[in-house]
Amino acid sequence: MSTPEGNEQPHVPPPSLWPVGFAVGIAILLTGLVVGPAIAVLGAVLTAAFGFLWVRDLRTEGTPLPQPPDDVETQPGAAPAAADTGPALPLATEEEVERFPRSRFLEGATLGLGAAIGGLVTVPALGFALGPAFARDDPHEADVGPLEAFPQGEWRITTFLSDPEQGEVSRRTAYVRYNGLREGLPSFTILSSSCVHLGCPVQPNGPIVEDEAEEEEVGDTVVRRIPTTPAGFGCPCHGGAYDVEGRRTAGPPVRPLDRYAYSIRNGRLLLREAFSVGEVDNAGADAVLTRYPRSIPGVHVDGISRILYPLPAPPGF
Amino acid sequence: MATARKSARRRQIEQAIAYPLDWLEYRSGLIGGVKYFLFRKVPGDISWAHTLGSATLTAFIVQLITGVILAMYYSPHPDTAYASIQHITNELTLGWLVRGMHRWGASVFIILMFFHMARVFIFGAYKYPRELNWIVGVLLLVLGMMMGFTGYLLPWDQTAYWATVVGVNLQGTGPFLGPFLVPVLQGGPDIGAETLTRFYALHMLLLPGAIIGLITLHLWMVIRLGVSSPPWSSEAAGADRVEEEAPARRGLVRGRRGGGDA
Repeated sequence: MSTPEGNEQPHVPPPSLWPVGFAVGIAILLTGLVVGPAIAVLGAVLTAAFGFLWVRDLRTEGTPLPQPPDDVETQPGAAPAAADTGPALPLATEEEVERFPRSRFLEGATLGLGAAIGGLVTVPALGFALGPAFARDDPHEADVGPLEAFPQGEWRITTFLSDPEQGEVSRRTAYVRYNGLREGLPSFTILSSSCVHLGCPVQPNGPIVEDEAEEEEVGDTVVRRIPTTPAGFGCPCHGGAYDVEGRRTAGPPVRPLDRYAYSIRNGRLLLREAFSVGEVDNAGADAVLTRYPRSIPGVHVDGISRILYPLPAPPGF
Repeated sequence: MATARKSARRRQIEQAIAYPLDWLEYRSGLIGGVKYFLFRKVPGDISWAHTLGSATLTAFIVQLITGVILAMYYSPHPDTAYASIQHITNELTLGWLVRGMHRWGASVFIILMFFHMARVFIFGAYKYPRELNWIVGVLLLVLGMMMGFTGYLLPWDQTAYWATVVGVNLQGTGPFLGPFLVPVLQGGPDIGAETLTRFYALHMLLLPGAIIGLITLHLWMVIRLGVSSPPWSSEAAGADRVEEEAPARRGLVRGRRGGGDA
């Protein structure tokens, strides 16, 4: 498309006061919409009247109609072939660029300043978008009930809020088994229900005794304990299977189930942070395992695979 | 005489219609641009297969419109998201229809993208000089699938939640960046309230904006390069390869004489 370049005929309409009246009319009309219909009608009449006068002036004063762009080039007085070369100002040739280093400086300064301003805006915005995702929460201790609620050798499906501030969305499930005393101290096996393949919730392979479910209010939250007698744990998503010590027996998981660290205070069991597990030897209170920072599902935490995996996940993910 | 008067009036009417259009055209060039877009020359033997791109665009526009309406009623908070979806589906007038259009339209959009891609591949329409348009199309496909992934969480039911758990952890097993991508997607160490708002923002703002920008680029190149003729056509499908000219501009501000986008 050609540009209307070189059309030197002015299109300025003659001076006119009618637009002022037109604008006042619109203002009165809008005021009338708030104040009352009579004023609105007055405004509408003024607007229509001045609008009519304005348009009539435009029509009769013979303001030239805008010329279709195709006609522009054939108009007498138009700069010849102006449309082909773009702006009528002569373009700088290569020699001129060399002769005026100031323009190069200005070009660089514009780009540099633009980059600096862009960076000043982008860096905090990106930091805000990504930073909080990597922030560590203070570890929460979740009280899941008195020690008497966990008879020796029995499993309880225990659900609790890992972060009460977040509400129900933070409800987590742990499989808790009391192993009895070891060297005079209570021993627990506490498995996270999050499958270490891709994070689906593993289920106990065995009866779940819903009738004997207990609910206990702890602070503002509710803790549920449901007895179960699993032969192992299975994941409904992709068939991962684990034994009761959390060791993989079948399917795609790459390591044993994650576990929760725990404390015992005032006779109550407190679940702390979850951690990942390398190998598990023996069972129950005698289990020997290697503890690693919690890793995302699907990632090896030890062995040769850990080395082969190109970038170790940062601790805690 | 009667006919002459009538034609004079007709001229007047035509002028009255043309005046505002001319006004707009003279100042913006929009009318000419639309004409240029709509009345392009296309090969004489193109077929219905060539309409798949337009069909995909139509599906995307349906998603845009229904999505905007759904956003008026949806509440991206873990406590209320599911309830607001139930409200939309069961209580609001025609809510079931708009949600259904958005839900099924998402699949239609993806399927049409694949059909369109298959047409371009089989017809060889990705070849010179249209390679870049293929690349942009692949980016659009990826963004479209990200739309599907982020949109799937929003109903906040069990399927949505666990599918997102699996999907996010799948990203985590990717080499190098995978483990860092997980907290970025989740907005934290676990899936929670911030995951939902994050996916909502991606689904509502970032991804649609990127898709609209890339579609504009995609269409611009279709207009600039023209529609390719089918393989069985007697017309040449592409342009002859031309020697690339020396860069027309030095720097960004000063152009050389005779340079430009001509």
